[in-house]
Amino acid sequence: MTDPRPTATAFAAAERLDEPRARALGEELGLRGDEYERIVAALGRTPTVSELGMYSVMWSEHCSYKSSKVHLRTLPSDGPQVLVGPGENAGVVDVGDGLAVTFKIESHNHPSFVEPFQGAATGVGGILRDIFTMGARPIAVMDPLRFGDPGGWVDGTGRRRPVDALQRRLVDGVVRGIGGYGNCVGVPNIGGETVFDDTYAANPLVNVLAIGVMPRERLQLARAQSPGQVAVLLGSATGRDGIGGASVLASQEFDDALDAKRPNVQVGDPFAEKLLIECCLELYDADLVAGIQDMGAAGIACSTSELASAASLGMDVDLDAVSLREASMESWEILCSESQERMLALVDPGRIDEVLAIAERWGVPADVIGEVVDGDQLTLRRRGEVVAEVPARSLADEGPEYDRERRRPAWLDQLQAVDAESVDLDAVAGGDVASFLLAFLRAPNTASKQWVYEQYDQHVRSGTVLAPGMGDAGVVRLPGSSRGVACATDGNGRWCALDPREGARRVVAEAFRNVACVGARPLGTTNCLNFGNPERPEIMWQLAEAVAGMGEACAELDIPVTGGNVSLYNETRGVAIRPTPVVGVLGVIEDVADAVGIAFEDENDVILLVGAPTVDGLAGSELQHFLGDEPGGVLAPVDLDLEGALAEVLHIAVHEGLLASAHDVSAGGLWVTLAESCAAGMIGADVALAEDVSTAQALFSESPGRVVVTLHSRNVKPFAQLCADAEVPLTDIGTVGGERLTIRDVVDLDLAAVEEAFDAGLPEALGGPVSEVPGV
Amino acid sequence: MRVGVVTFPGSLDDHDARLAVAACGHEDVPLWHADDDLAGVDAVIVPGGFSYGDYLRCGAVAHRAPMMQAVRRFADGGGPVLGICNGFQVLCEAGMLPGALLRNAGLRFVCRDVVCVVEAATPWTAGYQVGEEIVIPAKHGEGRYHASDDVLDELEGTGRVVLRYAPGHNPNGSARDIAGVANAAGNVVGVMPHPEHAVDEALIGGVDGRGFFTDLRAGVAVG
Repeated sequence: MTDPRPTATAFAAAERLDEPRARALGEELGLRGDEYERIVAALGRTPTVSELGMYSVMWSEHCSYKSSKVHLRTLPSDGPQVLVGPGENAGVVDVGDGLAVTFKIESHNHPSFVEPFQGAATGVGGILRDIFTMGARPIAVMDPLRFGDPGGWVDGTGRRRPVDALQRRLVDGVVRGIGGYGNCVGVPNIGGETVFDDTYAANPLVNVLAIGVMPRERLQLARAQSPGQVAVLLGSATGRDGIGGASVLASQEFDDALDAKRPNVQVGDPFAEKLLIECCLELYDADLVAGIQDMGAAGIACSTSELASAASLGMDVDLDAVSLREASMESWEILCSESQERMLALVDPGRIDEVLAIAERWGVPADVIGEVVDGDQLTLRRRGEVVAEVPARSLADEGPEYDRERRRPAWLDQLQAVDAESVDLDAVAGGDVASFLLAFLRAPNTASKQWVYEQYDQHVRSGTVLAPGMGDAGVVRLPGSSRGVACATDGNGRWCALDPREGARRVVAEAFRNVACVGARPLGTTNCLNFGNPERPEIMWQLAEAVAGMGEACAELDIPVTGGNVSLYNETRGVAIRPTPVVGVLGVIEDVADAVGIAFEDENDVILLVGAPTVDGLAGSELQHFLGDEPGGVLAPVDLDLEGALAEVLHIAVHEGLLASAHDVSAGGLWVTLAESCAAGMIGADVALAEDVSTAQALFSESPGRVVVTLHSRNVKPFAQLCADAEVPLTDIGTVGGERLTIRDVVDLDLAAVEEAFDAGLPEALGGPVSEVPGV
Repeated sequence: MRVGVVTFPGSLDDHDARLAVAACGHEDVPLWHADDDLAGVDAVIVPGGFSYGDYLRCGAVAHRAPMMQAVRRFADGGGPVLGICNGFQVLCEAGMLPGALLRNAGLRFVCRDVVCVVEAATPWTAGYQVGEEIVIPAKHGEGRYHASDDVLDELEGTGRVVLRYAPGHNPNGSARDIAGVANAAGNVVGVMPHPEHAVDEALIGGVDGRGFFTDLRAGVAVG
């Protein structure tokens, strides 16, 4: 903490506040507890209007991670593959061949509920800026989405779920927003998730992950280097849109005054972002940038203080040099505006003309707004007068930090006491197992997500090897290389509601396994922690437990967490979402020609179930949800040693060309795994189930550590040897072929019926196919 | 051959068109929208993307760029010009191809592989037999081909429908399933689906698009 000291600065008259007014304004802006006193201590005097605005956004939950930092610090973040860990805009890993890959996941939950299209669109824009701020060209995005139940489908009890027009509107707006931005900016979508559950009905989760690639030496950092460097604001003019949008919206719960918050949501301009990307990449290639920071949450306040603080320097900024959309904007509005598509670059003064020329060539507006100075003060002037003068570090790095009270929720005992495991399939299916299985595939959570991803460009930039729905992970080839990166995102609010620690371990293991299934070697993790109000001890307990579980799994599997985002206050009218940590795991595959998808390929290929034995796994399962039950039961622990061994086996087997397909057993159990692989390959299968577990467990258990692989019979022996060497169990469960999906002694279905259920489910639930003419 | 690929602000598949041209044995030459010199290229591709954000009307701003004046002169002299997706929209806005591209009938962006039939021999389809079925990706929000019945009759009557969606594969409600057309001289072609995204075996999209580039010859007469 900086020493309090008197100031001789004469502040602009309009900025000065008396003490009671300053305190009241601080409260109005969301400062809590002793935060106001901390500001006074940092400044040694009463803050100005602009200063209060800046502290309130920089010390908001969204910008400062004040409730989560103490837990996030426990996550493993080191490894020889990690070039940049948490703290910068995005983590960076070394993928070999002189290339570095940056990846990060972020949330735009609150803005997307307030205004689905713009909320989701600017979520894409924001994460892309994090990526190209690091020096990388964005090469892929993925979107893990969670909404309430849209209805319009029949569940496992025969009940037709009522249509929820709000959910349909949210899904429609969010998907259009992601497509509207991502398609126009020219980054392919390679995967994600779409989950429907009423826990998200009043608080959808819109998470977005982006991946970028660069030559290692082009890596950029968000820090000044030396006094005299000039600060150039690149991109759009600064307006009143989104003042306090991300930072304030993401830092409080919703109530009925939601509509009043609409002006807080930013408006995206993907064309401006595309130009900004090309402009910045050209600046990097010409080695013109000394340090750069994007402007998202908290705008100029954030970028100037972070660039200066990271270098233990100060900065003088002239707000009159900032191009405004409205001349009447107050200083604090300019400082806190979250207008999109802006970057702050630091440039050596001798090269400023080159910078401006490149910006002009791309049609990117550029304003020289400030200069790096000795000392630690961030000084902001308007019309010649000082409006704010603060120690940069106090804004960026010395915000409050809370170790909030945690309490194991009393309701957990009741949830865990539920007998989730003794389901009799014949009984719940009312004797018609075939219809039950087809209805299960038709349910929106298990049905094909083509309706979503066919609204996204999957081809642009000519790198996509495995697109959404094709593999357990998306795969993109890196430019100029045969190498590729694979990435999978996973989350499971039901598991984490029952046991946040084990749930998080399982979620990490699943994403890790998904990356291994395509044949890639997992390298690192990014996380998006979606939770309720941290001021409630039960929520804080969930967060701490989930982070602990995530840390255990990431450490054990050697996939350090290189960055991410925390989204708290995901609750409306006092009801929190289930704890939903979402992770993205990224891996590298040496030759993309080797990559393996989920589709069954050739007649007579052998089907093996590899990995952990099938054990009780219906607690928090998709089957439980399908039967209309709340999550209940106890999660069987994931065997992380076995997961590691299984991934190694898959990596070698894919590299040696032994496998035709690989698909893990996850939500919906073996039944969904088999149906998806048949539908993707448009070929049938004949499968016999294990006899040591019930049919319900065999088909629907979500117990971790299992992968279905198919291979030509001549490859079975070498593959079995690999498994034996690694002590990974395997079972022969059947063969690929024909036009029926047969589960012996259970069901014998026409492949066409399986495909029909799988394809029709989501369009039915969401109100019609993508290319259907409305109203016809 | 030296094949120029135009880059407007907001072009996205310019990069991909250049890769495809190079992969099919030609030299790719970047052309910048603000220039008006074609650098002596033998053919020109106006690529996909969202030129100028498509904020006014797709292609309405781009077709006024200095480079497009050069492309027009090149086309008037018989030079082969291919517009893909946004490039097709630009050529229609420029009046170099008939008709217009409206919002998809479903009012949504659609990205999926489509089966098309090559129906005319042009410099850009010399790698195919007329009548050949190909599968290439389509990805657009405004790809519904529209023209008056007279124009459609004329296009069909004079063999200027270059590419047609196979029955059941029209993703956007295009009139008469038209996916691509040519000008009267046959050297200017516009297609909505993306052949440049179907040239590389390692990637999604297949390789059926190669025929647009492999047999490209300067000054090939219209068949």
